[in-house]
Amino acid sequence: MENAAIELKNITKRFGKVVANNNVSLSVQKGEILSLLGENGSGKTTLMNMISGIYFPDEGSIFIDGKEVVIRSPKDAFKYKIGMIHQHFKLVDVFSAAQNIILGYEDGESYNIKKVEEKVKEICDKYGFDINPKKKIYEMSVSEKQTVEILKVLYRGANILILDEPTAVLTPQETVKLFAILKKMKEDGKAIIIITHKLHEVLAISDKVTVLRKGEFIATVNTKDTNESELTEMMVGKKISLNIERNEPENTEKRLEIKNINCINREGVKLLDNISFIAQSGEILGIAGIAGSGQRELLEAIAGLQKLDSGEILYYNPKTGEIDNLVGKTPLQIRDLGVRLSFVPEDRLGMGLVGNMDIVDNMMLRSYRKGKTAFLERKEPKDLADTIIDRLKVVTPSTATPVRRLSGGNVQKVLVGREIAAAPTVLMAAYPVRGLDINSSYAIYNLLNEQKANGVAVIFVGEDLDVLIELCDKILVIGAGKITGIVDGRTATKEEIGLLMTKTDKIGGAENE
Amino acid sequence: MNSKTEHIKEPLFHITKRDQMIWYKQWIIRTIAILAALVVSGIVIMVLTKYNPLKVYAEMFKGSFGSSRKTWILLQNLAMLLCISLAVTPAFKMKFWNLGAEGQVLVGGLASAACMFYFKDSLPNAVLILIMLVGSIAAGIIWGVIPALFKAKWNTNESLFTLMMNYIAIQLVSFFIMVWVPSGSSVMGVINQSSEAGWLPIVFDQKYFLNILIVALLTAAMFVYLKYSKQGYEISVVGESQNTARYIGIDVKKVIIRTMVISGGVCGLAGFLLVSGTNHTISKELAGGMGFTAIMVSWLAKFNPVLMVITSFLIVFLQRGAGEIATAFRLNESVADILTGIILFFIIGCEFFINYKINFKKHKEVK
Repeated sequence: MENAAIELKNITKRFGKVVANNNVSLSVQKGEILSLLGENGSGKTTLMNMISGIYFPDEGSIFIDGKEVVIRSPKDAFKYKIGMIHQHFKLVDVFSAAQNIILGYEDGESYNIKKVEEKVKEICDKYGFDINPKKKIYEMSVSEKQTVEILKVLYRGANILILDEPTAVLTPQETVKLFAILKKMKEDGKAIIIITHKLHEVLAISDKVTVLRKGEFIATVNTKDTNESELTEMMVGKKISLNIERNEPENTEKRLEIKNINCINREGVKLLDNISFIAQSGEILGIAGIAGSGQRELLEAIAGLQKLDSGEILYYNPKTGEIDNLVGKTPLQIRDLGVRLSFVPEDRLGMGLVGNMDIVDNMMLRSYRKGKTAFLERKEPKDLADTIIDRLKVVTPSTATPVRRLSGGNVQKVLVGREIAAAPTVLMAAYPVRGLDINSSYAIYNLLNEQKANGVAVIFVGEDLDVLIELCDKILVIGAGKITGIVDGRTATKEEIGLLMTKTDKIGGAENE
Repeated sequence: MNSKTEHIKEPLFHITKRDQMIWYKQWIIRTIAILAALVVSGIVIMVLTKYNPLKVYAEMFKGSFGSSRKTWILLQNLAMLLCISLAVTPAFKMKFWNLGAEGQVLVGGLASAACMFYFKDSLPNAVLILIMLVGSIAAGIIWGVIPALFKAKWNTNESLFTLMMNYIAIQLVSFFIMVWVPSGSSVMGVINQSSEAGWLPIVFDQKYFLNILIVALLTAAMFVYLKYSKQGYEISVVGESQNTARYIGIDVKKVIIRTMVISGGVCGLAGFLLVSGTNHTISKELAGGMGFTAIMVSWLAKFNPVLMVITSFLIVFLQRGAGEIATAFRLNESVADILTGIILFFIIGCEFFINYKINFKKHKEVK
């Protein structure tokens, strides 16, 4: 048998007491695509970081073309023609694509950007990339930046490519394009490992699947012999149904009305461009869009954290029947008006919670002002912490554990639990399931559905279009700060939303495509 | 690429992060560090001075506890260092790097001295002391709040700002000494030597007792303030994440200014205690670098006021001991500084071993 392009044997890596990888083995042949499948925290990225020289394994060995190697640094990895495309791009914004590609590369030749550009063009033609090597990074869309990252490793002659969650930032259309390129590389004899947790992508692109669960190696199977439910079972460890329930909205009434809001930043870029919509009670309103299209600004504007240049945000108070304009008010003033607004921000530990504080102190964030004395009252927050831990099954040693020590799913449960405990009438959640395992994600969906049934107006910013379509009653699509469409969650298709998401891309800036 | 024949070795060791270590193990490591520091210092002493290190250590100990007077001086120094450390702590907890404690103490002391100089015997002592106290705290607050205002309004860098305020304070003190001392000497003598106006009263026959008592009370108050008050909680939130603070509706600017009022105010108080309770005069060296040493004290204690009693004791003990051996053995002061440096190096360095583990090469040869 031909030697595998890369083979890992019995790799173990520990961080303190935590075993990130336990006895994991896998191999990839030349001209083969392997999916590394597993939930967040299952050790996929750790494993790949050991191949690319960022971590060093505690035990086990790595073989390249049948020879045992030791990879101590990214430089070593590069020597063995291993290239990793990270989830977070590592590019210099003010440099052109070609400049970024050549940056830090020692090939013994003198710097000649013309030559580099020519060589980049060659690679592009070979695999079907579509990019202008002279274009500056800051002018590029996310998918173009990713292309530059891939070109960077190809330029250096990588034969083994590792892509960490490459589709997380792409629209459905861009994903299709990426997959076509991956297939061409495969035909060219490259060994490709793609890290992902999206099942349909695994089935669409890979030849083999290696499944990890909580750092343990579960199995390697041929893609053609398996299916979605089997893979899920391997990934999660038990059978679960992948359907999100969606009840018909009941007793809907106007709760929040956004009227022509505009927000322009210092550089004169319109972050929010004349946005208007209505959020109704008893309904889940989804917001879809490429990351950074104004979702954050929109939610923060409603929460009183983002200054607006014009427009109105009207809150219809269900108790008094009054209508209040929230624009220009601080979060505290909004609360004093009796507006029960809960907000699960995207940045959980940097905004929603304080990582170094324990669960009780984090519960207090919303309520610490209660009481007339100058001193804190920790009993109620403690009770709330106990209730949330119990009801949402938060795994934690105690309520005195700093939240940064909890896993992503548990952090999110603490945050969502606290926000829901405030009995909101409007609940905004930005990417509430990002980084969560399947079970935790479904727990969060159920909580949102519960709130909907309680008559809360739920606003849900999501990135997984499949989930948005399954969960939301209405989906608002946003592109470059503009609403590009509002669709019905029950009838919309992924492709339709994907098209709406990129619609402003052409108007908004780049001359790409 | 297949013909790689060079001998590749595993790295000699690699470093991994530890989980939280059990508290007693942490203290074992710290004790080992202190012992190791003593051994290394001993070797240095032998090589440099040819004295018996044990004798030197005994002398060091005597420097702090050799007589009841020396013990009181130790306690007084400890109290002052602790007081300034308490002052910088709320700011540091808020991640506002107040490097200006030195200057805030100086202007506090200057205010006290000015009251003593100008009011002399015209006021009853109790009233004078009260005015001095208020004046010192106010001066400290002004010195602390100026950088805070700039930080809140224009987001200026507080480290540079507070640092530069120190030099203004030093010049200000020099200026007033020039005005007050007719002979033109740059040294101010004891103020109100005969009337003792504006001197803190001697309680229980001990000159420093009142100072120590005030700082002890302040320690308890600061501990409670930081841990159990709403304002203390706000300080922690702002320090950890300004975004979170904004998110829950904390007025970040207000908290920054309020906290610097406290920080500067306590520094001013320290200045008052130094002038009214200790020195009865003013000089440029009033704070004597304590404004900077306090930063170390505060950090070593991880901003816990009660632990700061221990860390400031450690530092004062080392300084007193170092001074003692310098005179007893007629050594250069620098030798004492070297010893202090070695000991602090070990104590701070051992934190690395508490947080990280070193994995050595396995006994396996890679072919």
